[in-house]
Amino acid sequence: MSYLPKPKFRHPGLPKNKLGYTRRDYEGTVSTLCAGCGHDSISAAIIQACYELDLEPHRLAKLSGIGCSSKTPTYFLGQSHGFNSVHGRMPSVLTGANLANRDLIYLGVSGDGDSASIGLGQFAHAIRRGVDMVYVVENNGVYGLTKGQFSATADAGSKSKWGADNNDSPIDMVALALQLGATYVARSFSGDKQQLVPLIKGALGHRGAAFIDCISPCVAFNNHPGSTKSFDYVREHNEAVNALDYMPVRSEITADYPEGAHEQVTQHDGSVLNLYKLAADYDVHDRIAAMTYLQKKNAEGEIATGLLYLDPSPKDLHAHLQTVEAPLNHLTDADLIPGAAALEKFNAARR
Amino acid sequence: MQATDIKQPDYFHKVVDCQWACPAHTPVPEYIRLIAAGRYADAYMVNWKSNVFPGILGRTCDRPCEPACRRGRVEAEPVAICRLKRVAADFKGDVGGLMPAPNAPKNGKKVALIGAGPASLTVVRDLVPLGYHCVVYDSDPKAGGMIRSQIPRFRLPEEVIDEEVGYITDLGNVELKLGNRVDSLKALLAEDYDAIFVGSGAPRGRDLEIPGRQEAAKNIHIGIDWLSNVSFGHIDKIGRRVIVLGGGNTAMDCCRSSKRLGGEEVTVVVRSGFEEMKASPWEKEDAQHEGIPIKNFLVPKAFIHDNGKLKGMSFEKVAAKKDEKGRRELVPTGEPEVIIECDDVLVAIGQENAFPWIERDIGMEFDRWGMPKVDPKTMQSTIPKVFFGGDAAFGPKNIIWAVAHGHDAAISIDKMLNGEDLSVRPPPGVTVASQKMGIHEWSYDNDISAALRNKVPWRDLGTTLKDIKVEVELGFDAKLGYAETQRCLNCDVQTVFARNLCIECDACVDICPVDCITFTANGEEDELRGRLTQPAMNKTQDLYISDVLKTGRIMAKDEDVCLHCGLCAERCPTGAWDMQKFLIEMTHAGAACRSR
Repeated sequence: MSYLPKPKFRHPGLPKNKLGYTRRDYEGTVSTLCAGCGHDSISAAIIQACYELDLEPHRLAKLSGIGCSSKTPTYFLGQSHGFNSVHGRMPSVLTGANLANRDLIYLGVSGDGDSASIGLGQFAHAIRRGVDMVYVVENNGVYGLTKGQFSATADAGSKSKWGADNNDSPIDMVALALQLGATYVARSFSGDKQQLVPLIKGALGHRGAAFIDCISPCVAFNNHPGSTKSFDYVREHNEAVNALDYMPVRSEITADYPEGAHEQVTQHDGSVLNLYKLAADYDVHDRIAAMTYLQKKNAEGEIATGLLYLDPSPKDLHAHLQTVEAPLNHLTDADLIPGAAALEKFNAARR
Repeated sequence: MQATDIKQPDYFHKVVDCQWACPAHTPVPEYIRLIAAGRYADAYMVNWKSNVFPGILGRTCDRPCEPACRRGRVEAEPVAICRLKRVAADFKGDVGGLMPAPNAPKNGKKVALIGAGPASLTVVRDLVPLGYHCVVYDSDPKAGGMIRSQIPRFRLPEEVIDEEVGYITDLGNVELKLGNRVDSLKALLAEDYDAIFVGSGAPRGRDLEIPGRQEAAKNIHIGIDWLSNVSFGHIDKIGRRVIVLGGGNTAMDCCRSSKRLGGEEVTVVVRSGFEEMKASPWEKEDAQHEGIPIKNFLVPKAFIHDNGKLKGMSFEKVAAKKDEKGRRELVPTGEPEVIIECDDVLVAIGQENAFPWIERDIGMEFDRWGMPKVDPKTMQSTIPKVFFGGDAAFGPKNIIWAVAHGHDAAISIDKMLNGEDLSVRPPPGVTVASQKMGIHEWSYDNDISAALRNKVPWRDLGTTLKDIKVEVELGFDAKLGYAETQRCLNCDVQTVFARNLCIECDACVDICPVDCITFTANGEEDELRGRLTQPAMNKTQDLYISDVLKTGRIMAKDEDVCLHCGLCAERCPTGAWDMQKFLIEMTHAGAACRSR
């Protein structure tokens, strides 16, 4: 952390987006996390993504649980809605908020402790219900706030900062999300904003359960030799299956890529994802093949990153429940109390 | 791009824009911090060592530092560096004990100095403590040169001149031969001087030879001569209607002085446009504040007189146009000529050097403009033991340039008389000190103020226009001065990058308030500048480039608008960034400037 607030001075040439905001207008207060924390890079990527999407800050709600990762919503989008919930309970609060007002964009920020341990059940159900949200797990493999014990995502055989071996099997959040029916699944690395920013933009444009597992080295407790979530290890074993270029609306492709290596996917909101294949034969639409591929890479000790699975026309929770279109607080007495005649008609249909 | 060699003192010196722009390279941020700490005497001495006349310059300097100030690129206006210098001078108290001890043991060498202006006095200040015996000649009755004769008292009180000239003349071993004009360099060369320094200024005001000049001569005055006569009390009034010709700082001094000596309708008339005038913007502002109109695009045609009695002047109206080659020229508009009535005219259209007293057969070479050939580094003329400095060297400049020349000439004289090669110039002294005190604590104040530039209070016009000796500017008081110091970005506290410690976590990139830092693939400078986080379009500012990092990338930092806030170093988990103060001080004459 710093004792200073970040100076208000900005680069005189700092560009503005369509709303007239600079990137810095999407910042929050200065981070109190440890210097060099990967989570701060993810915050910066979220800021960059929202800036580039010309997102009106009041259109977004950020929700989190407890932990280092769950502190970060304070450090970005200072003008957006926020809810810092109980440990592991962010998915429930987010689901409720989404049901009450589907007009907002929901960004759930969680960590490997918050989502893979205490909140694993909550995570599973929010995903399987297809809540329209972006769910980001800032995954560092340790409990940083309590000085570096292994978390549930720590790889078996990895070493703690103090030299202890981890003997437990890890929970693979991406595998879970795929299995539970998330319709936009990605993995990335806090140290690679070129990959991360478009993935966040694509997820924000996705109208279903979007999940991003972002490996985020804990500089204080998990950035040593023997760790599988350190800057060096992740850089060495990172195998991106594709590169993503996000375009808000369909437009001419100008980049020159070899035939067959490029795919264009239009999402429900009209945004276009340009995918450049890096791993041959990887099919981003084949869920079962993706699961197999990821397990295979995992066994080889490699970390597959990129957009791993995409269903461009997902159905979300509102579609399943056939809920009303308008946010609940927009419903008037006339909508909520249709009167005796309507009740009679309803009851008649039940007889 | 090649990795930056930060061991070259010039690299970080250039980052301290104010210091780099100052001809004498005064360590500006250092003295501003001392002022903020209330250590006015120490702040004064940092200045005194470097620019010799802090109290004088704090009122009159041309301030090349201020247009260069980084704050001006970050926000609207630079730090009021010049007026902070005055704060140090105003509140310093007694600095007598901090001055070099007088009467240094003599080294047996004797130096003659022609002119007692800022250049010569700087040479004296540098050489006398080393044991040189200095003899200063000047035709004026008091030492100070143009500082005393040309700058009006309402800008610079006489006590300030007396005090700061006194610090030099009190050093002992200085022989002042005042009221003593040197008429022959040949004769001086024949005396037993080991070296001669010419700091005689640019003493001749340019005249305007147009019809009526001779006939109406009684009421037409050359600006600098007139100012000098006012300064020494020979003139104390002027006509009711005055025209001042010229757009430089001398013209501004002439019109403001006229206003105080009985000139009720004072008009400045300039050939060029307002923007192109040579006067500093603040001097123009001061004149306008006193109700003096500045009329532009008027070329003088004739002095109108009635049997030698000046009645007015006629002017031709012109406009600025570009010729085929794109050069600006003034073209008559064809409109009827403009007549301005007046009782007196002050001609302040430029100054020239004059060396009638240097014989042309003594081996000194002159260029085709009649200026002596002087080496711009060593200040040496073609007669090895004769040196030049100030306006006498390369034509009219300003006080701070004269001081810089004086330092250079003193180094040359000292090296020459110690049998050394003059062309080998001493490198600056550099002191490097990390400012780290704790995890987030620095020994400099990195919490910079967002406030706008403070205005120096003025005494009210009713008082100042009545008496030419009443100073117009009141100077900052301690409170305003402190507020202004807090605007300084501490550009001398440098961001120093240690490649071997960097883990490329991006923390510095994310926190930097002004997007200075990028980790990217190396490339040619022009191309690289274009693809930084925030493109580095100000090419006058360097890029700080690291060696190749683990991922094959480099760190590129654009120095242009770095706030020196230290947040990159605070957010760095490994200490790869550190804030280090690079105190760069020019080496002056003495043991340190010599090779052995």
